Amino acid sequence: MTATLTTTDRPGSRAGSDGFGRVLHAEWTKFRTVRGWIIGTIAGVLVMLWLGLFAAGNAQILCGTPGGPTLTGKACLPYIPYGPGGEAVVDSFYFVRQPLAGNGSITTRVTSLTGRYVTGNGNGGVPAGQAPGAGMVPGLQPWSKAGLIIKASTKQGSAYAAMLVTGSHGVRMQYNYTGDIAGMPGTVSASSPRWLRLTRSGDTVTGYDSADGSHWTKVGTVALAGLPSTVQAGLFATSPQALLDSGGGGRGANMTPSQDTAVFDHVGLAGGWTSGRWTGTGIGTGINADYPVQGASYTRTGGRFSLTGSGDIAPAISGSGASFPTTTGQQHLVGSFAGLIAMVVVATMFITAEYRRGLIRTTFAANPRRGQVLAAKAIVAGLVTFVAGLIASAIVLPVGTRLASSQGVYVMPVSVLTEIRVVAGTAALLAAGAVLAVAVGALTRRSATAVTAVIVAIVLPYILSMTVLPAGAAGWLLRLSPAAGFAIQQSVHQFAQINAAYTPADGYFPLAPWAGFAVLCGYAAAALAGAWYVLNRRDA
Amino acid sequence: MSNSASAILADRGRITVAPGGWGGSLRGALHAEWTKLRTLPGTIWLLAGIAAAAISVSVAAVAASTCPAGHCFVDTTRLSLTGVQFAQVVVVILAVTAFCGEYSTGMIRVTFAATPRRSAVLAAKAVIAGALVLVAGTIGVLGSVLAGRLMLTGNGFTVAHGFPLLSLAHGPTLRAAAGSVLYLALIALLSTGVAALLRDSAVATGTMLALLYLPPVIVSILSNSEHWQHRLDRWSPMIAGLTIQDTIGLRGLAISPWGGLGVLALWAAGALLAGGLLLHRRDA
Repeated sequence: MTATLTTTDRPGSRAGSDGFGRVLHAEWTKFRTVRGWIIGTIAGVLVMLWLGLFAAGNAQILCGTPGGPTLTGKACLPYIPYGPGGEAVVDSFYFVRQPLAGNGSITTRVTSLTGRYVTGNGNGGVPAGQAPGAGMVPGLQPWSKAGLIIKASTKQGSAYAAMLVTGSHGVRMQYNYTGDIAGMPGTVSASSPRWLRLTRSGDTVTGYDSADGSHWTKVGTVALAGLPSTVQAGLFATSPQALLDSGGGGRGANMTPSQDTAVFDHVGLAGGWTSGRWTGTGIGTGINADYPVQGASYTRTGGRFSLTGSGDIAPAISGSGASFPTTTGQQHLVGSFAGLIAMVVVATMFITAEYRRGLIRTTFAANPRRGQVLAAKAIVAGLVTFVAGLIASAIVLPVGTRLASSQGVYVMPVSVLTEIRVVAGTAALLAAGAVLAVAVGALTRRSATAVTAVIVAIVLPYILSMTVLPAGAAGWLLRLSPAAGFAIQQSVHQFAQINAAYTPADGYFPLAPWAGFAVLCGYAAAALAGAWYVLNRRDA
Repeated sequence: MSNSASAILADRGRITVAPGGWGGSLRGALHAEWTKLRTLPGTIWLLAGIAAAAISVSVAAVAASTCPAGHCFVDTTRLSLTGVQFAQVVVVILAVTAFCGEYSTGMIRVTFAATPRRSAVLAAKAVIAGALVLVAGTIGVLGSVLAGRLMLTGNGFTVAHGFPLLSLAHGPTLRAAAGSVLYLALIALLSTGVAALLRDSAVATGTMLALLYLPPVIVSILSNSEHWQHRLDRWSPMIAGLTIQDTIGLRGLAISPWGGLGVLALWAAGALLAGGLLLHRRDA
C-alpha cells in the first residue's frame, strides 16, 4: 500500500513512456508470483503434450484381404506415389494406350459418359474380388473423368497432361495432378459430343476442345519438365469416390466407390505420330491402391472404344477422402483445445481475481490510466501464453508426427515453412484466446461468466460444426465465429477438382490460415476495445 | 488464521448444541440455500438463459438442416434438441457460481457456521440447483421440440421423405425430451460437485467445460483409433449423457440411451461424493 502511494506521488511528468513500462513490470510481477497461475500454465502445456502424443501413439491400423491374414501398422501402408511436384498423389485409372515417339497429336470424340456408384451406408464398398458392379446404382460423380492423356510412363505418379470430360464440370485440361484449366462447359451426350485434342511439342503439351471437330479452341499449354521422347498416350477413364450427402453433419463423411464408362470414336493420330496397337492397362490396380471398383476394362468395335474405370488422377487428400489412414499435423495438436481452456482460465483470473480481492482499486490508484493497465494485462497474458503454447506445439508436432508414422499412419507431407507456421500459429492462437479472456474478464468482472463465454465461443462452434450441422452451416460457423482461428493449424490444401467432405477434423477449414486467425484476432480486438471503453466509464 | 479457525470451531460447537435451531438439518439448509439463490439478482436471468440458449440453438440447427430430396440420415429428434449442448454451459455457470460465489465473498464461513454439517450444505445446494434447472430445462426442451415440430416439415423432413411429425406421443422422442431435461439437471449436480472440489469459480468452470467439451473434440480427431473412440463414447459425461437424445441407429451406439445417462449420473454422484469428503477435510 505504501509503495502504491509513493508511485502516485511521483510527478506526473514522469509518467509516460516509462510509465507503461512500469505498469507492464507490475503486471508481470503479479502474474509470476501467483503460484496457481504458474501451475495452471504449466498444466496447460503438459495436457497439450499428453493429449497430442496420446492421440498420435494410439493409432490402430488393421487391414487384410478377405480370407487372408490380418495385417497391422506399417504393413497396411499402401504404396503411395509422389507427383512431379513431390506431393503425394492418387493415380489410378483405366488406360488404353500406345507408346508414341517424338512430336505429334491425338484427337478423339467423346459421345457418352455414364457412371455407377455404391449407395447405402458407405461402409467400405465393394471388396476386392466381388462381382464388378455389385450393389451399385446409376449415377455420375461431379469429377468422374474420361478423355485423352499423354503420360511420361505407366508408373504411378509420372508426369502427364490430359484433356477430359467430367460429370458436371465441363471439359477440363488437367496436368501433373494439381493443375486444372476449365474448357467448354456443359455435359457430354450423343447429341452434344465433345471433341478433344492433345498436341505434344518437345516438353510442352497443348490441349484443345471443340463441339464439332472443325472449330477448335485452345484450352491451355503446359510444360512437363523432362518428358521423355517416347510417351504413353491414349484414352482413359476413372471415377473418384462418391460423397454421399447425409443431409446432416455427423462423424466422418460417407465416401463410397464409383465407376464410370465413356464412349469414344474418331480416335486419330496426326503430326509425327502413326497408329500402332492399342493396349488396355489398369494403372494403380493393386489390392490397397485407390482402385475401389474392380472390373475396369475396355471394348472396341471398329473405331468405337468403350472404357470403364474407377479411381482418380489427383493430389492425395487427408481424412475420410483418403483410402488409407492419414493424419495431418493438426491432429497432433488436438491438445491445443485443452491448452486453450487452461490458458483462458488463467488469463481470466489474471483480471477477475483483482476484482474479487478488491486489488483492482489499488491497481487503478497506482495507475489511473486504466487503458494502460488493461493493455499491460493483455500483453503479459498474451506473451506468457504464447511462450507456453510455443513450447508445447514445438515438441508435440515433430514427436507426434514420428510416433504416428511409426505406427503405419501416413502423415501428409508439409514444407518446413508450413510446419513453422503451424507451430507458431498454434502459440499465437492460444495467445489470442488469452487476450480475449482478459478483455471479457474485464467486461464481466465475473470469472465463471468470462471463462464460459470465451471457451464456449471458441470451442462450441467447432463441436457443433462437426457433429450436428450440415456442411453449409458448419462452414459459415467456422468463418464467422472465433473458432475460425483454428484455421491457422491447417497444413493441407483443399482442391476444387476433388469432391470431398473437407471437415475440420480432417484438417480442412473454410478460411485460409491467416484469414481464420484474423477473425479470432478481430474478436479479441473488439473485446479489448469494449473493455477499454467500459473500464474508463465504470467504478473500479 | 488460527484465530479465525478456532472462532469458527467455537461457533460450530455452540450452534450444534443449541436446541431447536435450523442448524444441521437438511430442511434448514435447503431453506437457506433456496433463499440465497432466490434473492441473487443473477439467478432468474441465468434460468431464463438456460431456456433461451436451448431454444435458440435448437432453432438455428433445425433451420440450417434441410432434406430436399429425401434419403437423409438425420435423427430429427436429436437435431431438434441440439440447443441442450449450449444450455448446459449456462447450467454450469449457475451451479458453479451458486457454490464458488460463497467462497469468493467469504460467505461460506457463515454458511458453515450456521449449518456445520457441510454435506447437508452441499446436498442442499445440489438439490436447489438441480430443481431450478429441471424447471428451466423443461421450458427449454419443450420449446425446442415445438420449434422442431413447426420447422422440420418446411425443411424437407416430411412424411413423404420418411420423417413423421415430431411428437412427444412417440415413445423414443418423449424419452429423448425427458432425458434431456434430466441431463441438464445432472449437469447441475456434477457442476456443484466439481465446484465443491475446486472452490474457485474460474477453475471449476474451466474444468467443467473441459470435461464436457474435450471428449467430443478428441473423438472427432482421433479417427485412427476406434478403440479409444469407443471408450470415450461410452464413458465421457457429455457424449454418453447425450445418447439419451438418440432415436435412430440405437444398435450402433457405444452405450444405450439410459445407460449413457446413467454414466453421467455416476459422474455427478462421484463428484458430489468427492466434493463432500473434501469439504469435511478442508478449512472453509
